[in-house]
Amino acid sequence: MAKKMEAPKMFKPKMGKKELELLGKLTNALAVSGDEQEIRQIVMDELEGFADEMRVDHLGNVLVTKLGKGKKRLRVMVAAHMDEVGFMLIKDEGKGIFEFRTVGGIDPRQLVGKQVIVGRDHVPGIIGAKAIHLTTPQERKQVLPVTQLRIDLGPGGSTKAKPGDRATFATELQVLGPTLCAKALDNRLGVYNLIQLVKNAPENIDLLAAFTVQEEVGLRGAKVAAFSFNPDIGIAIDSTPAFDLPDYHGEENTQYRTHLDGGPAIYVMDGATIADRRLVDWLVDTAKAENIPWQFRQPAPGGTDAGAIHRVREGVPSVSVSVPGRYAHSAAGMARIDDELNTLKLLHAALARLDEKILLRQE
Amino acid sequence: MAEKKKDNLLELIKRLVETPGPSGQEHQIRAAVREEIEGYADEIRTDALGNLIVRVGSKKAGGMRVMVSAHIDEIGLMVTHIDEKGFARFLSIGGVSPLTCLGNRVLFMDGTRGVIGMESIEPGTMPTLDKMYIDTGATSAKDCPVQVGDVCGFERPFLDMGKRLVAKSMDDRIAAAIAIEAMKLVKKTSPNEIYFVFSVQEEVGIRGATTAAYGVNPEVGIAVDVTGVGDTPKGFKLNVELGNGPAIKVRDSSFIADPRVVQWMVNEAKAQKLPYQMEVLTFGGTDGRAIQMTREGVPAGCLSIGSRYIHTPSEMVDRADVENSIKLLAGLLNNKIELGEL
Repeated sequence: MAKKMEAPKMFKPKMGKKELELLGKLTNALAVSGDEQEIRQIVMDELEGFADEMRVDHLGNVLVTKLGKGKKRLRVMVAAHMDEVGFMLIKDEGKGIFEFRTVGGIDPRQLVGKQVIVGRDHVPGIIGAKAIHLTTPQERKQVLPVTQLRIDLGPGGSTKAKPGDRATFATELQVLGPTLCAKALDNRLGVYNLIQLVKNAPENIDLLAAFTVQEEVGLRGAKVAAFSFNPDIGIAIDSTPAFDLPDYHGEENTQYRTHLDGGPAIYVMDGATIADRRLVDWLVDTAKAENIPWQFRQPAPGGTDAGAIHRVREGVPSVSVSVPGRYAHSAAGMARIDDELNTLKLLHAALARLDEKILLRQE
Repeated sequence: MAEKKKDNLLELIKRLVETPGPSGQEHQIRAAVREEIEGYADEIRTDALGNLIVRVGSKKAGGMRVMVSAHIDEIGLMVTHIDEKGFARFLSIGGVSPLTCLGNRVLFMDGTRGVIGMESIEPGTMPTLDKMYIDTGATSAKDCPVQVGDVCGFERPFLDMGKRLVAKSMDDRIAAAIAIEAMKLVKKTSPNEIYFVFSVQEEVGIRGATTAAYGVNPEVGIAVDVTGVGDTPKGFKLNVELGNGPAIKVRDSSFIADPRVVQWMVNEAKAQKLPYQMEVLTFGGTDGRAIQMTREGVPAGCLSIGSRYIHTPSEMVDRADVENSIKLLAGLLNNKIELGEL
């Protein structure tokens, strides 16, 4: 492994009032795939003055370049998707009632009875269902498919929203002791981390930060972002499910994916990418050298922006790192503040010790 | 006992099929291929994903830039969890059937060995991979020699049955062998600039050939891969049979071969008086798709070798098919390529 490079100043991420305020803005925002404007604006406001170049591409990715100093700098693309899973209104049925569909992977069992916000004005509404008084025992055994659910905006709904508008859960960030509780931690934690990396970019690399769109519907933004940046290395930063709960039968849980409090989750393989082993080793070596807790995300299906990045042009060695989070793609997920800070710390430390030797093949 | 005459083709096949290299872990097989081709190449490079790209010849008047792709990865397993007793849970890399796992032996990239066992299941039900584990001989999690993310392949020696050849990774090392042998037959007089690509990560979604094709930017492309056969008891309803010659792919579920490339291959087989068979596959996919879909699109086809028991540790091919495929591929590369009208 390459020797540790001296960082100009120690980077010690913290989660104080200012940081929580930014994270709250990010998780509370409505940015369902295909309409990421709200997050895009927050990102661009935050990074004003920090970047060498900042632009919005044709799909809506925010592409930020932060140049380093010195010779032979690697061009490192770090991608965090801005979009979240959610809903799209598809039909105005009058009296404030809208038919809708899900965007991205959402379990229909998660929907009934949830408060939502609709459109760029965050119009409040609820996903309703027949009251229990009126249901039969047989009905109560069935999952209501999304086609039978409606978003209810109340009288005058037609003046406040229209088919095509996006909607998401109305959850606001709460801090429960050591835990962050919010919607869309997947992937506002990644967006938050990438903002902090740009603001504190190590100077040994050219940091190519891609705040991507449409990840939840098939890694679409990252594909064109990677084509544009044409980087030497790709890193997707995301949030990945933790299913670290006790097994119902008291047996050993072998399908946990990740554990809360286990530190940043480093990917070896998911459904879309086999991580480049040189990059996996680099992250693990950095974590060990810096005494940062870390874990492998269990190899399993699923995908991150790395799935698109590594296949672009002549190929890009790629890896993913995620903050573990419980109950992803629902109205409220949970992640640990320590896991979030350790992920940011690991990414910064790893980037700061990166040099071109990492791409040599030993064979 | 009389000394057996050295059989170079069998030696090459044996070396290639016995080298481990599940998708993403192609360094050993890449090094082996590189050694085999070093004396025949004009240029060798390894791209960002690990594809070995070998140029032979340069473009002369009337010649074309041709990509030949044979994938060097194979299916395998990856460890997902080490339990308290030291058993390693796993998932598959590429299409591994649970039916082919039980009792099999696996070889990890660092040389560690293991055997596959299974939880007890309801009699009469199909096993699933999540009920299986690799036993490395460990007595607890502490002394387990493997960890989450470690990769293994099936371990089986090469078997020469005379007419038929059997190995764990005929898919697609037999194609690598054919490409290497064809490379040796490329003549100085060939007008074509030929890029032999030994591609990675085909089994997980034709990933290596995607980036290699972009880099090579060919004018015509041929994948070389194995294909399913219809000559086993109550097997697939397929036209291809072992021993009936190289199979010229018309379609599979990932792509429709360019009809001009199909015709070019048929013409060459006829010109050499080689046996050949047309392949219409109802499933599957090859590097041909990646070549066809790169950049602005490329005329692409696939030379297939009929194989029984694909994606089991005992994939079987016919030796004559292999030898005829080498002749067919070399002929295609040595002559001026005439692609007719679409």
